[in-house]
Amino acid sequence: MGEAVIFYVLSALILGFAVLVISTRNTVHSVLFLVMNFLLVAMLYVLVGAEFLAVIQVLVYAGGIVVLYLFVVMLVNLKRPPEVHQDPRRQARLGLAVAGAVLAELVAIIVYSSASPAAPAVAAAGQTVEGGNVEQIGWLLYTDYLIPFEVASILLLVAMVGAIVLAKREL
Amino acid sequence: MPPGFSAADFYYILPELVLVAGALLVLVVDVLTSRQQRPLLGWVTIGVLLATMLTLLPFSDVDVLASRGLLAIDGFAFFFKLVFLLTALVTVLMSSSYLEVEGLRAGEYYFLILCATLGMMFMASGIDLVTIFIGLETMAVAFYILTGYLKPNRQSNEAAVKYFLLGAFSLGILLYGMSILYGLSGTTNLRELATVLATGEPSTLLIVAVVLVVSGIGFKIAAVPFHMWAPDVYEGAPTPITAFLSVGSKAASFAMLLRIFMEGLPFLAEVWQPMFWVLAVVTMTFGNLAALTQSNIKRMLAYSSIAHAGYILIGVVANSSRGVTALMIYLMLYVFMQLGAFAVVVMLRRRDVVGDELKDLSGLYFRYPVAACAMLFFMLSLGGIPPTAGFMGKFWLFSAAIESGYIWLAVIGVINSAISLYYYVRVVVFMWLREETLGSPIVASPAMALALTVALVGAVIFGVYPGPLFELAESSAQSLGGVITGVGVSSF
Repeated sequence: MGEAVIFYVLSALILGFAVLVISTRNTVHSVLFLVMNFLLVAMLYVLVGAEFLAVIQVLVYAGGIVVLYLFVVMLVNLKRPPEVHQDPRRQARLGLAVAGAVLAELVAIIVYSSASPAAPAVAAAGQTVEGGNVEQIGWLLYTDYLIPFEVASILLLVAMVGAIVLAKREL
Repeated sequence: MPPGFSAADFYYILPELVLVAGALLVLVVDVLTSRQQRPLLGWVTIGVLLATMLTLLPFSDVDVLASRGLLAIDGFAFFFKLVFLLTALVTVLMSSSYLEVEGLRAGEYYFLILCATLGMMFMASGIDLVTIFIGLETMAVAFYILTGYLKPNRQSNEAAVKYFLLGAFSLGILLYGMSILYGLSGTTNLRELATVLATGEPSTLLIVAVVLVVSGIGFKIAAVPFHMWAPDVYEGAPTPITAFLSVGSKAASFAMLLRIFMEGLPFLAEVWQPMFWVLAVVTMTFGNLAALTQSNIKRMLAYSSIAHAGYILIGVVANSSRGVTALMIYLMLYVFMQLGAFAVVVMLRRRDVVGDELKDLSGLYFRYPVAACAMLFFMLSLGGIPPTAGFMGKFWLFSAAIESGYIWLAVIGVINSAISLYYYVRVVVFMWLREETLGSPIVASPAMALALTVALVGAVIFGVYPGPLFELAESSAQSLGGVITGVGVSSF
């Protein structure tokens, strides 16, 4: 029951953000909504017990792909609406707030870890022995799905060669 | 060696291993040679393809599941791998002079062709959705890049972007369908899928999955209404790549289609047969009608290849071993006909002539009679005139349809063949009856002459003496549909 509620709430949010991604006029905002979308999908993975996928989703999509998107958005210099906020110090204040949040987080981590020093290491070791998600996927990839896994490496090589061929001016 | 694997598993993918090693070799040779020695690369690539064919030959009558049931090394895979390797071979042969005229880099070009071929081979022998998908993706990515290989050419850029976007979109649809199939059955293995899902009434979700998979594959074989990308992409891509795309990619997609529907979803035949019936009729008719008005040869051949996808779909609709046999024969004959026609178009590309307009063919007979006669033969063959290979192929396809009770489908097919004659003969009219245009003389490099010879010999021999091809296709078609013949997953 509780799981179903979480699922529907997450799904509604994912769809909502997806609509925002394509409906907002500002490209940077659109990319940021996409980040929210990716993070919520990662939560969906956690919900069904696929922690490894969730981590990959955050690392690859919310991390790598979005950075790529932002690069493209900033490089191609799309036509932007005139700046709404004229306050030059607005960014500085925002930066201060973010820096404060990071500082608070750091302090919290230090306090937390010094209060219980040995516990995290044991927990981590316990998890790997138990054979979590990561190990299962790794096992499958290197046994049952060895051949597709190797073909995927050729696929990456093709993509790499292709990127160089298309991007380089004259070889 | 991982548990569950033995040396045999690697023996069964020996052709693929040779191909990968060869592809990497081409990259290395490219770095080690100077600009003047570039023609060497083409011959290295040919050597790699021939070596792969040689290592493939021992597998003609093998029927096993390799690498934990992910790959089916059977007659069906053998036949299609032969088709892919032949296609790649002729494409490489006709490429070297084209690369020189366009001033393109040869090393990466041949590497990508070999990798696309590798992807196709995995599509044909994949018996698991994962293998098929990875193979498809490898092929598709290589093709996206090859389509945009003419970097200074805007048309080529546009074609690559269009192909990439629509290809990614269609792949998404296909993957969505596959994920529903996996969700319903809990397995990605096609033969297990067939046994798990066959019980009981098919659910609505299953039908949705089938529709999604049909649309995804429809994009890949350029069936109407999923053909929008094809004319632009075929026109913009470098001409040898257009040839490779229209034959190799299509054949691989048909291999995937047959595997998924005949091995994985044979119990849903009454659902997908009508879908393919409609697709076949619409595709044939639209392709032929649109080809009538084209003035660009590449575009005309693009629409003609759409129409041919429609004819080939008849073999799927027939859903019998005779239908599959006819389909496979047609694909093999199509390799020679279509590649031959494209080889002549590639020859027309010279320093000062783009050579892809119909008028560039004007008076070809008086300038280069051999090429004109070859083109005449390929056009008649594509049109399906009796003594040619194309006629034999169509004859088998239509008779398979009639045997399965689809008489109207065969009738529509025949009417369409008649329509198609108009635009094929128009090419001949240009070559014989029009004033010749100016431009530098047409010369065929040794490799190009070889490509034309291979295509011509294949089309002539199989048109006159189709016996061996028929037997090979018939025995290969038998290995498809392991569920029916009792070859289960447990046999490995």
